[in-house]
Amino acid sequence: MVMEIVCPAGTPAALRAAVKAGAHTVYCGFNDETNARNFPGLNFNRSEMRDGVAFAHARGAKVLVAINTFPRAGDEAIWHRAVGDAEACGADAVILADLGLLDHASRNHPGLRRHLSVQAAAANADVINFYAGTFGVRRVVLPRVLSVPEIAAINAEAEVETEVFVFGGLCVMAEGRCSLSSYATGLSPNMNGVCSPASHVEYNEDQGVLDARLGGYLIHRVDRGEPAPYPTLCKGCFSAGEKAGHLFEDPVSLNAERLIPQLQKAGVTALKIEGRQRSKSYVAQVVRNFRAAVDALEARRPMPEGMLARLSEGQAMTTGAYKKTWR
Amino acid sequence: MPLAPLSLSLTVFSRKIVTNNPCLFQRLGEYGRTDFVLDPIDLPIVLCLNPNDGLPKVKLTRRQTEGTARISGPMAALLGLVHGAFDGDALFFSRDLVVEGDTGAALALRNAIDDAELDLAQEAAALSGPFARPLQQLIALAERQTGLYLTRPEDAAIW
Repeated sequence: MVMEIVCPAGTPAALRAAVKAGAHTVYCGFNDETNARNFPGLNFNRSEMRDGVAFAHARGAKVLVAINTFPRAGDEAIWHRAVGDAEACGADAVILADLGLLDHASRNHPGLRRHLSVQAAAANADVINFYAGTFGVRRVVLPRVLSVPEIAAINAEAEVETEVFVFGGLCVMAEGRCSLSSYATGLSPNMNGVCSPASHVEYNEDQGVLDARLGGYLIHRVDRGEPAPYPTLCKGCFSAGEKAGHLFEDPVSLNAERLIPQLQKAGVTALKIEGRQRSKSYVAQVVRNFRAAVDALEARRPMPEGMLARLSEGQAMTTGAYKKTWR
Repeated sequence: MPLAPLSLSLTVFSRKIVTNNPCLFQRLGEYGRTDFVLDPIDLPIVLCLNPNDGLPKVKLTRRQTEGTARISGPMAALLGLVHGAFDGDALFFSRDLVVEGDTGAALALRNAIDDAELDLAQEAAALSGPFARPLQQLIALAERQTGLYLTRPEDAAIW
């Protein structure tokens, strides 16, 4: 069976671009703090979500709604309403991370398929089977910190489908538990849906030298002609003593295109592309590229050569933890 | 060339675009009255845009102008962004695009424009009555000569 391409959409135009470009499935979120890409000008109101689902279904594609932040005490109703509205819009599944929200969804919306978000950081078969047995989770998005053999070991024991990231921004932390953004800005992807919120990012270019500040802290300085990175602390450049360098990870994007055959052998069901904050142009190009790759794999043809470097952070790519070559 | 009549024309043009694309400025949310400065670095002018809650005002100026958010880059990059031919983050990584000031406002504008699927040539033709056809031919010629994205590319139109 052909591997499923799960593609991001931050706007209705991006959703249409993804479907037209050949995405089997599109994931998106409502325009509030219930999803982990709560950026200005992004996401779907309820009417747009309903129309987007109808557009995708008419062309044989599925829509997943990410409700993958952690409900704030006293405001759980916002997240409960999001789950109900996703079902009313006709979504094929919701992507959840919070235990309480999973419990709420399984009790109140039993017919709505539940996927476990990468934000839940489920990284072994025991915890995955717990989510499956307790909340009826049908698919788990695996964290970007596992190697291919570890993924194979999980799939050998897991009772549900697994989905892995193959392209886009590379989060190198235990997702859902990373508070780096909170230290600098008071806001995090976990509670507010924003890592390095744009409201706290400041760029300044002087004589060709670009400074990026997050919450007032200088986290990057790149010279004229050097590629610019995202303003995230995990890819920041830090000084200690006489040395300066990228402490956690260089500013690069994940590209596991070449590993697709190995991921298929490891039992992975779906390949996820990161980037709900990206344009419809990005979405269309990346989807076409990965759809061609999985179709070639299915037809036992050679994998096509990718052309995605210029879309990547720092204009550089890595296979991340899948090959465990980090320093 | 006097900039005041051009500014007025662009204000009328931008209001027509909003009429045809009512969702365009809804995406701006809290940034609906923000002063945006769009700076094509290869031209001697900058464009100041205030969405003014759906009744936009445009002003061209030759001076360096302060705004809440400034987006600078070659005209080719800015037009390509408007027409959905390029990815904004990729232009940022390659340093073709520079964002200064309120990053949230710049992001909101970029996302709103990306979602609107604009075609400036079509919008201009719609305003030109009997001159629409020759105008489109002129724009197509200019596009071929300059390599600029003056219309939404065919590839983008099928999305």
